[in-house]
Amino acid sequence: MTRPRPYANPYYCGVGLGLVLLGAYALAGRGLGASGAFASGASLLVATVDPGRASANPYFANYLADGGPAGDWLVFEICGVIIGGIVSAALAGRVRFGIDRGPSATPRARLVAAAGGGAIMGVGAMLARGCTSGQALTGGALLSVGSWLFMGALFVAGFAAAQLLKRLWQ
Amino acid sequence: MSGGLFLALLIGIAFGAALEQAGLGNARKLAGQFYLTDFTVLKVMLSAILTAMLGTFWLGRFGLIDAGRIYVPETYLWPQLVGGLIFGVGFALAGLCPGTACVSAGSGRLDGLAVVGGIFAGVLGAGLAFPMLETFYRSGARGVVTLPVLTGLPAGVVVLVIVVAALGLFQAVAWHEQRARHE
Repeated sequence: MTRPRPYANPYYCGVGLGLVLLGAYALAGRGLGASGAFASGASLLVATVDPGRASANPYFANYLADGGPAGDWLVFEICGVIIGGIVSAALAGRVRFGIDRGPSATPRARLVAAAGGGAIMGVGAMLARGCTSGQALTGGALLSVGSWLFMGALFVAGFAAAQLLKRLWQ
Repeated sequence: MSGGLFLALLIGIAFGAALEQAGLGNARKLAGQFYLTDFTVLKVMLSAILTAMLGTFWLGRFGLIDAGRIYVPETYLWPQLVGGLIFGVGFALAGLCPGTACVSAGSGRLDGLAVVGGIFAGVLGAGLAFPMLETFYRSGARGVVTLPVLTGLPAGVVVLVIVVAALGLFQAVAWHEQRARHE
């Protein structure tokens, strides 16, 4: 095994990410996203288990209207994110099976916090109509008021919550 | 696969690679932002926003792209404020956001996979509760409203203010990091 290469300069990565976002605006007429792909998948699950419930629920019905996940732009984009992450990590020798956690957090505590934090983010992203990708980055660069409001709120709450979570990370 | 979906896949690959290269597939680096011990999140997010914002502004000004054809997320004040607060708490707990969780899971991390599963459960649960949440979900609707429209300032001025504020923040972070190294 080769040693993992150090991470790249974050400013260069940010500019690269910004050019990807700009490319998405110019070529696809829309920005990036992530939580929308999860909503699309959840809609398919509900439609498979209980079709009546899915069609009666405007939130799910909206995601199913354009053919469901198989035709959803964000689902393909998020599949790309996973592939891009794998390839990039593999080329840098950074694929490692394990758990990233704070020095004093047990693996079990870390996984519970990860799943719980994920679920809370899912609720927040559903209400806000997007996450750090679809609102903060995409809407932020387009100067959308709601996106900047979301971004401000998420960092305020994140910094506050982190003060109560020091044992998890420090 | 249609051309549009193939393009989505390619854009996603570049997006995921950029996140991974910066180290944003590692929850400890993201969590470090909330303790001011690692500024990768701020550096990557702000420089990405600056790049895309300036690119859209100038390419639009020179007529190279039609900015009017780009989908701008609509503003819903209350759900986006409350959703942001809820999301921030989840972010600090999870140490990853939805996009970075996919990168973390892809590079083999079990915690990233747990975050991915959690997000799916959260979106599913909130979606099932939609009939109860619908009134709130649609509250504070303002349509597409941008900072220049809100403030009455020309777009160029808003862009300039954001660029100057971001560069100031980058400089403050550089000083902070220099001080931290000497301690």
